[in-house]
Amino acid sequence: MANGLNLLFQFLDSFAFIVLAAAGLAIIFGIMGVINLAHGEFIMLGAYATTLANIQFGLPLPAAMLAGVAVTVAFGFVVERTIVSGWLPNAISQRAIGRNVIEPLYDRLADSMVATWGLSLIMVQGVRITLGNSLDQIGTPLGNIAYGGFSYSLYRVSLAGVALAVLLGTYALFRYTTYGMRARATIQDEDTARAMGVDTERTYVTTFAIGSGLAGLTGALYAPTITMVPGLGSSFLVEAFVAVVVGGPSVVLGTTLAGGLLGAINATVSNLFGTFFGRIALLVTAIVMIRFLPDGITGFTERLRDRLQEGA
Amino acid sequence: MSDGLSSRRGFLASSAVLAGTALAGCSGGTASSSDTVTLGILEDRSGNFALVGDPKHKASLLAIEEINADGGIMGNQIEVFDPDPQSDNQRYQELTRRAINQQQVDAMWAGYSSATREAIRPIIDREDQLYFYTTQYEGGVCDHNVFAVGPTARQQLGSVLPYLVEEYGPRIYTIAADYNFGQLSADWVKVLADENDAEVINEEFIPLSNSQFGSTINRIQEADPDFVMSMLVGANHTSFYEQKASAGLDVPIGTSTAMAQGYEHLRLDPPAMENIYAGVNYMEEIPTERNTREGGFVDRYFEKFPDAPYLNEEAENNYFSIYMYKQAVEQAGTFEQEAVKEALESGISFGAPEAPGDEEISLVPETHHVDHHMWVMRADGEHNVEAVDNRVIPETFLKDTVGCDLTQEDEETQYTPQDFYEEAG
Repeated sequence: MANGLNLLFQFLDSFAFIVLAAAGLAIIFGIMGVINLAHGEFIMLGAYATTLANIQFGLPLPAAMLAGVAVTVAFGFVVERTIVSGWLPNAISQRAIGRNVIEPLYDRLADSMVATWGLSLIMVQGVRITLGNSLDQIGTPLGNIAYGGFSYSLYRVSLAGVALAVLLGTYALFRYTTYGMRARATIQDEDTARAMGVDTERTYVTTFAIGSGLAGLTGALYAPTITMVPGLGSSFLVEAFVAVVVGGPSVVLGTTLAGGLLGAINATVSNLFGTFFGRIALLVTAIVMIRFLPDGITGFTERLRDRLQEGA
Repeated sequence: MSDGLSSRRGFLASSAVLAGTALAGCSGGTASSSDTVTLGILEDRSGNFALVGDPKHKASLLAIEEINADGGIMGNQIEVFDPDPQSDNQRYQELTRRAINQQQVDAMWAGYSSATREAIRPIIDREDQLYFYTTQYEGGVCDHNVFAVGPTARQQLGSVLPYLVEEYGPRIYTIAADYNFGQLSADWVKVLADENDAEVINEEFIPLSNSQFGSTINRIQEADPDFVMSMLVGANHTSFYEQKASAGLDVPIGTSTAMAQGYEHLRLDPPAMENIYAGVNYMEEIPTERNTREGGFVDRYFEKFPDAPYLNEEAENNYFSIYMYKQAVEQAGTFEQEAVKEALESGISFGAPEAPGDEEISLVPETHHVDHHMWVMRADGEHNVEAVDNRVIPETFLKDTVGCDLTQEDEETQYTPQDFYEEAG
């Protein structure tokens, strides 16, 4: 019974970590075709902004977390305008030399990886130079749940609820808002969408800002549980990329299923054989999925559906 | 490895040196110009180990500045070759070659992790370069050219483990980083448990990339040990302490890695480090006269580096070993490296900040290790640190168990506890 509860809590913990680590990455990749290798550093930015707002400026933790999200959204906006779309450098070069210097990185997978990797190096070293090798850390709120010789951090378990809310919120955003409809139209066929009057450029900016904001939210939520060092983003990367690979093209459903599957595998194997084998299981799952379901879970279900429809 | 850039730079450097010493390039690191001595200080100021490496760099500069202000070594001012290796072992290898072949350093201090030491040791040995490795480490390096002056696992764990067995009981749960340092330290826990009538009821090795400890915490609770021995390493693993506190795991923890190196008791919100006992030779808080008095080690360090966050264990090791080097050169009467090594093997001792009163710590001639004054430091609920135990612990593994004697025989080996203890296997 106690071990069943252990397993449940470990699953919730693991599910939350995977979903929150992956959400921002999945949105930016799924809609813009941009692989953001600076995703971990966006998380770091959210965590740092939250910690500084709480410790240096004395904001209460929830307000500090909102500040962390706001900072990352603003930063994401700037990065989109300068690096990803090249709007700002192009506006300047148009005036100076009369032509564009930057081709937008949309749907240029390899190029976007190199550009954002460079950005991540600049961010890590920039933070190290300005703020030093570490920051003081906020304590974890909410205490713990104790049950027969065991106990688990209540805060970490409740993150599973936040992860679920993020997924539902993202679903609602894409399903019921005008932005969501435009975004889906842009993924399906950018040229037609533009012909129908969708400002795709604006859709891309909004998407990147939302994706960045979700990364910032992850950083804000985990700030009280992890060590504040400039390289902290890297500890989210394995889970984030494995989840996107396993989830496939559908952002919300893919991330949910990947979080569920990987969370269950990670929690069960860690519970039975220890952390080391838990991580091995995570990576083995990724390898198996790439080999047999190269489009991820949702890519597979889509193909299955198409085939069934053809048959009918 | 030597690329166009470094050889061009090397050409400039060596042509400058050539003016003073003919054919310096061929003499394999033993030459130096007449009125300066060059020390190579390769310590991480960026990358993974920046947090722990930066104080080593700073304390080295402090020692060098003090010695220079006092007239240098035999009237020679010390010059420093200190590029940032960025916690990158390949860069370490490149910079080590450059330090030896182009900068002609007279002695070298380099590297935080054991992986770094093992990456550059072949180069050090090929060139017979005098090298000080100052990090607390797993122990066992018996090498003619290497002076491993930090405390070993046997000394660190040997100070804290017996204390905790006495205080809390004999059932030990080990968690350790999953690489050579953690694995060998865990073996030492088994050896020391056996010697102190205790037992290791379980052990878990954690990959360095892991930062989530939910299942580890549950497994510790399930085993219900009297205390935990933690040899976790790096920023990711530091998250364990906050996570175990928020999960309500309140078992006492002994460690050779936390607090003294990465000052977790200052960075984390209390009470994450409550009831953690560190077995160390030095941390900023140890209550010795030399360390804490007005104008003492701590004062001098923060006067030179007012913005430095902490003065850590390895920083003191760099500091006192530079003074030991000075003493050895003066005794040898030359900077010639083999002569200095011989002088270091003659029984040098120094009044390091870690030793209380007038006590001096001594460099053991046979093993090139140091018989440290070890402290058990405990953090309370407010993260105040106090000394609960202290004594001199000799480095016995190489000297007695292995029988390493570098005064008689030149070796370049690292011995492990598995070779000598059944329970470590």
